[in-house]
Amino acid sequence: MQVVTFACAILVVAPLILIFYHIVKQGFSSLNFAFFTQLPKPLGEKGGGMANAITGTFVLLAEAAVVGVPVGVLGGVFLSEYGSSKLNWWVRFAADILNGVPSITWGVVVYGLMVVPMHGASALAGGVVLGLMMIPLVMRTTEEVLQLVPGGYREAALALGIVKWRTIVQIVMRTALKGIVTGVLLALARVAGETAPLLFTTGNLGWAHKLTEPIAAIPLQIYVYAISPYDDWHRQAWAGAFILLLLVLAINVGVRFFTRDRFHSKT
Amino acid sequence: MPETALPKSQAPPESKATGTPALAVRNLSVFFGKNAAVKNVSFDIAARAVTAIIGPSGCGKSTFLRAINRMHELNPEARMEGQLKLFGDDIYSRDVEPVVVRRRVGMVFQKSNPFPTMSIVDNVTVGLRLNGVGNRKLLAERSEQSLRMAALWDEVKDRLHAPAISLSGGQQQRLCIARALAVEPEVLLMDEPASALDPLATSKIEDLIVQLKKDYTIVIVTHNMQQAARASDFTAFFYLGELVEFGPTAKIFTSPAQKRTEDYVTGRFG
Repeated sequence: MQVVTFACAILVVAPLILIFYHIVKQGFSSLNFAFFTQLPKPLGEKGGGMANAITGTFVLLAEAAVVGVPVGVLGGVFLSEYGSSKLNWWVRFAADILNGVPSITWGVVVYGLMVVPMHGASALAGGVVLGLMMIPLVMRTTEEVLQLVPGGYREAALALGIVKWRTIVQIVMRTALKGIVTGVLLALARVAGETAPLLFTTGNLGWAHKLTEPIAAIPLQIYVYAISPYDDWHRQAWAGAFILLLLVLAINVGVRFFTRDRFHSKT
Repeated sequence: MPETALPKSQAPPESKATGTPALAVRNLSVFFGKNAAVKNVSFDIAARAVTAIIGPSGCGKSTFLRAINRMHELNPEARMEGQLKLFGDDIYSRDVEPVVVRRRVGMVFQKSNPFPTMSIVDNVTVGLRLNGVGNRKLLAERSEQSLRMAALWDEVKDRLHAPAISLSGGQQQRLCIARALAVEPEVLLMDEPASALDPLATSKIEDLIVQLKKDYTIVIVTHNMQQAARASDFTAFFYLGELVEFGPTAKIFTSPAQKRTEDYVTGRFG
């Protein structure tokens, strides 16, 4: 039994090591200064970089946060602090289903809701689709961490004559702040690598000067380059994968940094 | 909100001195769904005195205590009947918000619960700050005054900005008392405040209760007979949601009128 479980544990770790090994090996050697500063070169020309896609991914993540964090966090607050058990059951059920909706479906939905009416792909549509995908993730983690705050703190605050919303914002949410931020960061890390929902929504072109213009993103650029027949593009795809991996890794390290215990509490 | 907006007692100050009861309880019943946890209780709680509520587990004493500052309403199933007057003001009147009642009636819980994200001094002033008081001088004054009243000042004055959860269990409970006192309530409710503490910390809390009754009306729920006998002036014995007997503590413990009271205080049941 122990041997079997150990083997399974190794099976969990092995792909991570393999992915790391390959991406770092192939990606790091393909990195150069131009990769961060230049635009993609036209077909057949050597050189160029992913400056637009790197910027684009950050822009899209910022938009996604603007859309997903307020709705997700406040929805989680509702579930934990206000909702009735019957309504909560339905909201949770809906959120869990949304969490399982294939990401390409999200892309199609936002294509219909935004890209078609606006007559074109845009950075806005890309940000919205990632933000929508974040909502159920952020909502459920927020609810969970708020539920972990002992009821004694709520009672103590209410017994001091502090009104309910202030109790929630300044006592309960503050106590759970690390957990909420962790949930947000993990949701961002999750959508940072999404490709399918962006296929229909962002357009993946050059520099976007306005949010209504098409924008590039690292995962899309990787996709386009990886299926091309050019070695130079393959190298850039590896480099892009490396950067994306670093980004997700940085977010996860940020989570660890944020959740480390500052007070080393005894309780 | 301006800092003058903290509600004060509408009762004239002399009423406390002339022996008007701090709390007049009339036919109070509390229900959770269909179950009556407190049944038709009537008695007066004297101002500037300690009233102990005793009785076996599940007798409704905690529910009764929570009805005094309307904390039982946190349970959506809860419902009350009867009347409860705080220095003459009907706290269940339709136009009275629970928040206002709770500013006048403070509460200390069984398990000490200082806010873990806050320092010692921030815990003391939180009730003021989150009710709109921003004057730093006033906050500093009030925190020292409250910590002194809670007999904690000398132990923490050099580390006011240390995290509250770095204190010992007994200190944390006295911090919670200081936190409740800082908003200057008229009545202080204590729900088994020492039951999780060691004997030394317990005796500190009991000394504190005796000190505090000079300025406050205190209602304390306790499982500990000796504690009720040592620290209280009046004792109410609850059994199965009913008030069996109420009177001066000495009388309840030496010559109770009811057989059930005698059986309980002498340890024959409960």
